Amino acid sequence: MYNAGKIIIGIIIFLALILFPVLYNAGKTATPPKLEVGTQEKQCVEPIAYMKSSHMQLLDTWRDEVVRNGKREYISSTGKKFDMSLQNTCTKCHVKKDQFCDRCHNYVDASPKCWDCHIAPPEKQAAPQEKQARRSND
Amino acid sequence: MENTRRRFLQIAGLSVLGFGARPVLDAVAQSNQAQYMPGPNALVGKRWAMVVDQKKCLKAKDHCKDCVDACHRVHNVPTFDNPKDEVKWIWLTAYDHAFPGEENKYAEDYIKDSLKGLPFPVLCNHCDNPPCVRVCPVKATFRREDGIVMMDYHRCIGCRFCMAACPYGARSLNWRDPRPFIKTELNREFPTRCRGVVEKCNFCFERLSKGLKPACVEACKDKGLVFGDMEDPNSEVRELLRKNPTIRRKPQLGTNPQVYYIL
Repeated sequence: MYNAGKIIIGIIIFLALILFPVLYNAGKTATPPKLEVGTQEKQCVEPIAYMKSSHMQLLDTWRDEVVRNGKREYISSTGKKFDMSLQNTCTKCHVKKDQFCDRCHNYVDASPKCWDCHIAPPEKQAAPQEKQARRSND
Repeated sequence: MENTRRRFLQIAGLSVLGFGARPVLDAVAQSNQAQYMPGPNALVGKRWAMVVDQKKCLKAKDHCKDCVDACHRVHNVPTFDNPKDEVKWIWLTAYDHAFPGEENKYAEDYIKDSLKGLPFPVLCNHCDNPPCVRVCPVKATFRREDGIVMMDYHRCIGCRFCMAACPYGARSLNWRDPRPFIKTELNREFPTRCRGVVEKCNFCFERLSKGLKPACVEACKDKGLVFGDMEDPNSEVRELLRKNPTIRRKPQLGTNPQVYYIL
């Protein structure tokens, strides 16, 4: 073999680079992030398993029904009624976007563009305290 | 041998029946599926339309633009300083801009003094034959069954064919991210838009679904704007059309606009 030394070193470097991520993560188990649901409500619009797996399809259908078909009211499989609105229904319970939506979307590397237009719930940590402070000043 | 073949066919037939029964049972079992309904208070019409009673729009002389402010506040419409970036849903414009071709040299002589020089509120005409809908390559804009010409911002790719097609200039592109330019307080019940989509008046479909009249109609204290169902012969708009001669913007183009003006 010509240039055996160079080729073998090259192969070793190549293998090291290729295998690095595999070896680096060997033995570790990925832990999904803990989500802050942000509400005491036990039941979402649909059963939790369905929401976890298919909330995107649900939101897609909601959007089409509202925008295209002019229907606003959702009667869920549990018989409850909801206003079909990401901004006015979902975020009323899930008030912590950073700790709910974003945390999981970052983990699975999904970047939906909902919040480019829809207004995210306000960060409530600071605001209510301020209000209270103001009231006590009064 | 004959017996086995018969038996085989019998079993095959039964199995087919068995497999066929599953979806039928499923369909019956899913009777408590999710349903979609219009809201309980939703205003339902067959052909929404608007009448602008210009005779009542007299405060416009004193730079009243309550209708514009109300609409832009409710829908989070941005205000850009550069007129090239302008985004508008309803706005005020001069007679010769609203009704080009209708002006004449002697108009000044016969137009009532009270109407002279008044700006006209103009908005999307929610045409019966909307050219914007015809040209949209992605069906982001479409005509609802009740006549409202709607935008689905999720789908808009910002190609601006609709802006070229609309003879009324009722559509605006968001050249820039509109969020920092929303000068009024954010209406948290309605979304904003993002950069690169076209927006326009939606006849307040989101308010109709809650049983409310459009924001501009509600905001006009002089009742200069009237909204209603053209297909309902007893509606207020039809009553106005019966009693008053009206004109529309550029009807000769065949778009069949549905905003009527009483002069």
